[in-house]
Amino acid sequence: MSSVTHTEPVHAKPAPGARAPRWVDVCALDELPFDAGVAALLDEGMASECQIALFRIEDSTEIYAVANFDPFSRANVLGRGILCHIQGEPAVASPVLKQHFSLRDGRCLEDDGVRIATHAARVSAGRVLVAAAAGEG
Amino acid sequence: MNDRIKLVVIGNGMVGHRFLEAVATGPAAERCDIVAFCEEPRVAYDRVHLTEFFSGRSADDLSLVAPDFYAHHGIEVLMSDAAIAIDRVAKTVTAHSGAVVPYDKLVLATGSYPFVPPIPGHDRANCFVYRTIADLEAIRAASATASVGVVIGGGLLGLEAAKALKDLGLKTHVVEFAPRLMAVQVDAGGGALLRSKIEALGVDVHTGKNTQAIEAGAEHVHKMRFADGSEIETDILLFSAGIRPRDQLAREFGLDVGERGGIVIDDHCRTSDPDIYAIGECALWSGRIFGLVAPGYRMANVAAEHIAGSDSAFTGADMSTKLKLMGVDVASIGDAHGNTPGAREYTYVDGVREVYKKIVVNADNTRLLGAVLVGDAEDYGNLLQLKLNDMALPEFPDALILPRRDGAPAFGLGVAALPDAAQICSCHNVTKGGLCAAVGAGATSIGALKDCTKAGTGCGGCVALVGQVLNAELAKLGMEVCTDICEHFAHTRQELYHLVRIGAIRSFHELLARHGKGRGGCDICKPAVASILASCWNDYVLAPRHAGLQDTNDRYLGNLQKNGTYSVVPRIAGGEVTPARLIALGRVASKYDLYTKITGGQRIDLFGARLEQLPDIWRELIDAGFETGHAYGKSVRTVKSCVGSTWCRYGVDDSVGLALEIEHRYKGLRSPHKLKFAVSGCTRECAEAQSKDVGVIATEHGWNLYVCGNGGMRPRHADLFATDLDKETLIRYIDRFLMFYVKTADRLQRTATWLDNLEGGLDYLRQVVIEDCLGIGAQMEAEMTAVIDTYQCEWKTTIEDPEKLKLFRPFVNSKRGDEQVVFVRERDQIRPAREDEREVEPA
Repeated sequence: MSSVTHTEPVHAKPAPGARAPRWVDVCALDELPFDAGVAALLDEGMASECQIALFRIEDSTEIYAVANFDPFSRANVLGRGILCHIQGEPAVASPVLKQHFSLRDGRCLEDDGVRIATHAARVSAGRVLVAAAAGEG
Repeated sequence: MNDRIKLVVIGNGMVGHRFLEAVATGPAAERCDIVAFCEEPRVAYDRVHLTEFFSGRSADDLSLVAPDFYAHHGIEVLMSDAAIAIDRVAKTVTAHSGAVVPYDKLVLATGSYPFVPPIPGHDRANCFVYRTIADLEAIRAASATASVGVVIGGGLLGLEAAKALKDLGLKTHVVEFAPRLMAVQVDAGGGALLRSKIEALGVDVHTGKNTQAIEAGAEHVHKMRFADGSEIETDILLFSAGIRPRDQLAREFGLDVGERGGIVIDDHCRTSDPDIYAIGECALWSGRIFGLVAPGYRMANVAAEHIAGSDSAFTGADMSTKLKLMGVDVASIGDAHGNTPGAREYTYVDGVREVYKKIVVNADNTRLLGAVLVGDAEDYGNLLQLKLNDMALPEFPDALILPRRDGAPAFGLGVAALPDAAQICSCHNVTKGGLCAAVGAGATSIGALKDCTKAGTGCGGCVALVGQVLNAELAKLGMEVCTDICEHFAHTRQELYHLVRIGAIRSFHELLARHGKGRGGCDICKPAVASILASCWNDYVLAPRHAGLQDTNDRYLGNLQKNGTYSVVPRIAGGEVTPARLIALGRVASKYDLYTKITGGQRIDLFGARLEQLPDIWRELIDAGFETGHAYGKSVRTVKSCVGSTWCRYGVDDSVGLALEIEHRYKGLRSPHKLKFAVSGCTRECAEAQSKDVGVIATEHGWNLYVCGNGGMRPRHADLFATDLDKETLIRYIDRFLMFYVKTADRLQRTATWLDNLEGGLDYLRQVVIEDCLGIGAQMEAEMTAVIDTYQCEWKTTIEDPEKLKLFRPFVNSKRGDEQVVFVRERDQIRPAREDEREVEPA
């Protein structure tokens, strides 16, 4: 695995004018599998607790966080989906009924009317940080 | 005014039935009241494939009549009743049963009868002909106490009959009056090769034999004495010395018949009475009888159309044939003997591969007149089109039959050159124009074309040509058939397989870097490549570089259900399980409160396992002696079996033993799609092997192998691939069959669809697997051995590695499970809660 440095990918930047995110330390970067996803609990035990799915592109520090809940099957499974690049855009394919969701903005590529929550995510000192307040979308 | 037509058809063979189909689906269907005489106790069946009755096809399988077809179309069929008189003035037909049936139009489709030469003793017991299912049943009954069989007649049908006797386990002889086999269709050179091939199969061939008498034998039932003083003893005698038209009704009731038999018809298939038609082998057109089914079908269509008011005409038929006799390809086109004045010949003989090819050309060397092919009939389609369409030959016509070893492409006709009227499929009379229209209407694969035009579904000889027409038409329509697997690879699955194999590529990212485009990959190419890597190298599927490629079932080694939980299926090879194991399985199911159900593949499925429970469940199952069942993989699933000869009163061989051996041999093999097997211990077929990808059925002499069957959404009856195999040969064929499928199939393509789309079809598959025509048999066996030798129970490997167990944590940062998974109880077991039950009644 490559050495991990502090980076802040472009996509993780909060939108201008948004409230400053509350970054939550979720796990070590090493816990994320190579070019695949995993589920995590954000704010465990708090009123704001929610399930998220984390994805890591190959063994880079490019990571994404979206909701773990698949709106089509209504099951918490997206962390177990296959990580895809559709026309260059990172996405996850639901393991249940195979719809694709953009990891950048959460929209369903097959159904414009459906969108899942996304969270800003970044790597800092070998730790994965996720913004607790859901981003746009 | 009454414009209804009372239509009576005498005869319900292949041609009689085709006529009924043509009327029932034609423009006059609503106006016709149809009565059909069927002398036999069963409606029309496929006489062309009659021999298959002895190699496993039942009378029902051979039937040509869709269930309820006659009832649905209001056709009255008089079963087991023969017509005995025609009153042409009153326009009635009198039946043997006494019924008198009026007609406006009468169609004679009485067919032919086998000619039995008047040799003294020809009427002794155990002398048979080979025409109906009843004949075959009598032959089979007699074979039970027989050890030797003789066929008199070495023509096409005689050799078919010889195969049948051989399939029944008899020492078989063919006795032919002419100096060679198939004297009508094949010349001396081809006949000699055909003879040597058939003798190599263990059939004794005696040509130039004039049988003088059939008498009581000393060691067997009969003794045949020949004019040259020699003798053969045999228990069964089968006459196949040609056919004669059944024209007796026509003779008795004053219709014109030919000097040597046959009911005379005109171009509209009318007899000398304009209200009476004759079609098929009983009819004599232009002084000729047509003893093949395709011209009979044509006559049936012509007569049906003429009765409906159109002017269609029968214009003769090409008598070219291609068939496989006892595994030997034989084809004959046009003037096979070079009888045309000025005709010249080219001949190619390969004494090593045992191939004989001859073409007959006209004096100018510009047109094909005829051809004979023995041992390799691949050129048949091209040659036939050259002949039928009177097309110009290439400058050096011998190129048509010479082998191509310099890597040059096979001589293609250039289907673009064919006229639209060119008949591509003679069995179903499908023209090039018809195929092109179907392609234009959206049938853009071989399978789809077969479905909608029926082309290639008769003898199958034209499938390669159908494929050429398809490709040419697609190109012409500018419809690029994009065979790229996805946006990341401009390759088919088959090409990716070869790239992986030849380049010794061991990971997805290496393949993407070397042969892909863009970054990442997707849910199409990742699992497909994961499957290819597993088929080739059989690495552990959850190795760090492979885990993310797997579909969720493979990634978590379980079957994902609708609520995000998994089902667990341990292997129960052959469906055999000890009570102790069964109890252990029950204990695990009970402890983890899993919904339990018996599967169609004779094993037990445990539902409702949460991700984090999977390793614990499997640890207990493995401790109890189970291993993974690969129910989650696109891989070999189960080998279903009946109890076989060990327990069953009717069992012929040990089906459970073989099923266990096969399941343990191929378990874990990853493939383009799932593979299901079955082994039955006798022809009662309780294991339903004929609906499986690979099915095996015990016979008195070994094992019959069936391939490419399927249940499910589009059921497909498996094809009989090879008969009476010993176990070693059986396993070798299955090894090669599976590896060839793994090599060449598309992603997620079951064997049934694969075969339907394979150019050359079943014959080609046999050439690859049995005759090893590609020379890759040994290589495929070695590849299979490598897979077998590297088998591992993936669950055993997984639970022994703490790193791997991390995959089964529900959350990377918590020990809690997913509390939103809710079950309720129904019939004493769990099931996923419906949306409206979630808050109300947690389990």
